[in-house]
Amino acid sequence: MDMGFVLTQAISQAIGVTAIIYLLATMGLNIQFGYTGLLNFGQIAFVAIGSYAIGVFMVQWQGSAFVPNLWVAILYALLLSVLLALILGVPTLRLRADYLAIVTIAAGEIIRLVFKSTDALGGAQGINGKMGEEFYAINPFPQQDRFDFGPLSYTRNDVWVVTVGWVVIALLLLLTWALMRSPWGRVLKGIREDEDAVRSLGKSTYLRKMQALILGGIFGTLGGIFWAVAKQSVQPDSFVPAFTFFCYTILILGGAARVLGPVVGALIFWFLLVFIEQFLLLLIDNGTITFLEPTQVGPIRFILVGIGLMLLMIFRPQGILGDKKELALDAR
Amino acid sequence: MPGDIAAQAVSALATVAPEPGAAKPEPLLIADGVNRHFGGLVAVDVTHVEIQKGAITALIGPNGAGKSTFFNVLSGFDKADAGTWSFAGVTITNTAPHRLARKGMVRTFQLTKSLSRLTVMDNMLLGAGGQTGESMVASVFPFTWKAQEKKNRERALVLLERFNLAAKAQDFAGSLSGGQRKLLEMARALMLEPELVMLDEPMAGVNPALKQSLLDHIRDIREEGTTVVFVEHDMDMVRDVSDWVIVMAQGKIIAEGQPDAVMRDQRVIDAYLGAHHDQQLTASGDSLTEGTSS
Repeated sequence: MDMGFVLTQAISQAIGVTAIIYLLATMGLNIQFGYTGLLNFGQIAFVAIGSYAIGVFMVQWQGSAFVPNLWVAILYALLLSVLLALILGVPTLRLRADYLAIVTIAAGEIIRLVFKSTDALGGAQGINGKMGEEFYAINPFPQQDRFDFGPLSYTRNDVWVVTVGWVVIALLLLLTWALMRSPWGRVLKGIREDEDAVRSLGKSTYLRKMQALILGGIFGTLGGIFWAVAKQSVQPDSFVPAFTFFCYTILILGGAARVLGPVVGALIFWFLLVFIEQFLLLLIDNGTITFLEPTQVGPIRFILVGIGLMLLMIFRPQGILGDKKELALDAR
Repeated sequence: MPGDIAAQAVSALATVAPEPGAAKPEPLLIADGVNRHFGGLVAVDVTHVEIQKGAITALIGPNGAGKSTFFNVLSGFDKADAGTWSFAGVTITNTAPHRLARKGMVRTFQLTKSLSRLTVMDNMLLGAGGQTGESMVASVFPFTWKAQEKKNRERALVLLERFNLAAKAQDFAGSLSGGQRKLLEMARALMLEPELVMLDEPMAGVNPALKQSLLDHIRDIREEGTTVVFVEHDMDMVRDVSDWVIVMAQGKIIAEGQPDAVMRDQRVIDAYLGAHHDQQLTASGDSLTEGTSS
């Protein structure tokens, strides 16, 4: 182990599968919370729906005529995501903002516990098996074991997964940018600032809030689908509320209501998390630090990242890409 | 000439009997039996009221008279427990506010609702009605809304010029002063090209110099043929600008009439100051002198 290894690990994680999953979910949250002001504390529910739809349809229901292939399963996953958004949104979006927060955080846990306790949906063991055969079959990269990019080294499947992940992200960023510069995006931002004012100007805010919830949910579900396909495994206890809070951390770190905010946030968050972990392990390994065990490094990195975030909130509360002038305004 | 229409509307009011619920020659807004109660408290109990088209009507009354609640009910921001009301001949009882705005009835708020983290220009553009680009699908195809957006932008600039906000067009609305926010809210409402503008306490927290310019703007709005209804506490303003005054107290309309006549009305004076305001507190009349309390 040396410093080069530490950096390589950190960089490969910052652009790796986990970062992509979090980034997709956070981009959805950016539309819901950053632009529209919807307090969705259950983004994990949308991610779980995506992962489990792929897991259940591809493994549990393998060979069923209902789900002939992965592409149809993805379509179903997205439809289920829309359905979930409607179930969460219809009763709450006419009410004050806090009701959505309560309902979504509960929904996230309900969904996880239902999956965990239903054997037909994997139960406590989760679902393991081939979930992305069709996806890996169309891998256009040449047949070779490793792909090296400078110090980074990927297997043939990994390089395909990561490439598709970032292409999807780029397309969704483009979509977000196009939506948010339009009059539709302006109405969303107006709702964030003051819903009643927007209603008094003749816009249906309920419809726009529902659209934002659905769209953001679909982004999260795409993250979940990507998770199942990339990791070929779906475990109920991966879908804990902390996931959503990490997404909020990433969003605020990068700068909310900025198209590239989630990207900057996710890159920095994952780079720091892995860099601190590997760096501490390195120092323990070469004897510089003697008061820590390698097993303590996992929790300590979160403590250090937490301190870093607190410093950021004190010295740059608007996030990396945010505009301080905007934050200084009285929002209400 | 719209100015003539306004003048006609105002002169027509001279023939109207100064009684609560009086029929107007050309009513734009008619409300009947509107009732709103919170538990046992009856906040609004209006038997009949008509708002004259093309005129400036003031709705006044002491604190707690139910003016704002009545306003909220009419504009769809609160639901009435009973009653019907219509706008330009169409029944709009308990209609959602965004539908009312599309019908040409737009309101402002007592606590200004400028959208702080949007620019002044974006605030204005948000006001424009019937925008294609506000549909989610059309929004990703700029060619469907670019031309419309350009027209709205030009219209917004003209309005901002008129309200002395043009220099601020690219600033965040949150950086405006309280008075400028009032102006912005009024200008934004005009982006909808409404038939009726409802202003909830337009003068609250505005300095005297700006008050004068706000009054001029309200008159201009009428001259263009738009009907104005406003709730206000400031009596000078009411006397100055309104063509007709409706007085509410304890949820009911207690008086109506031309401004000067209404302010001399004994019922109005009683409602504001209490029926016994000019009488001594005690029979002997000297118990309020210093020293008696010690």
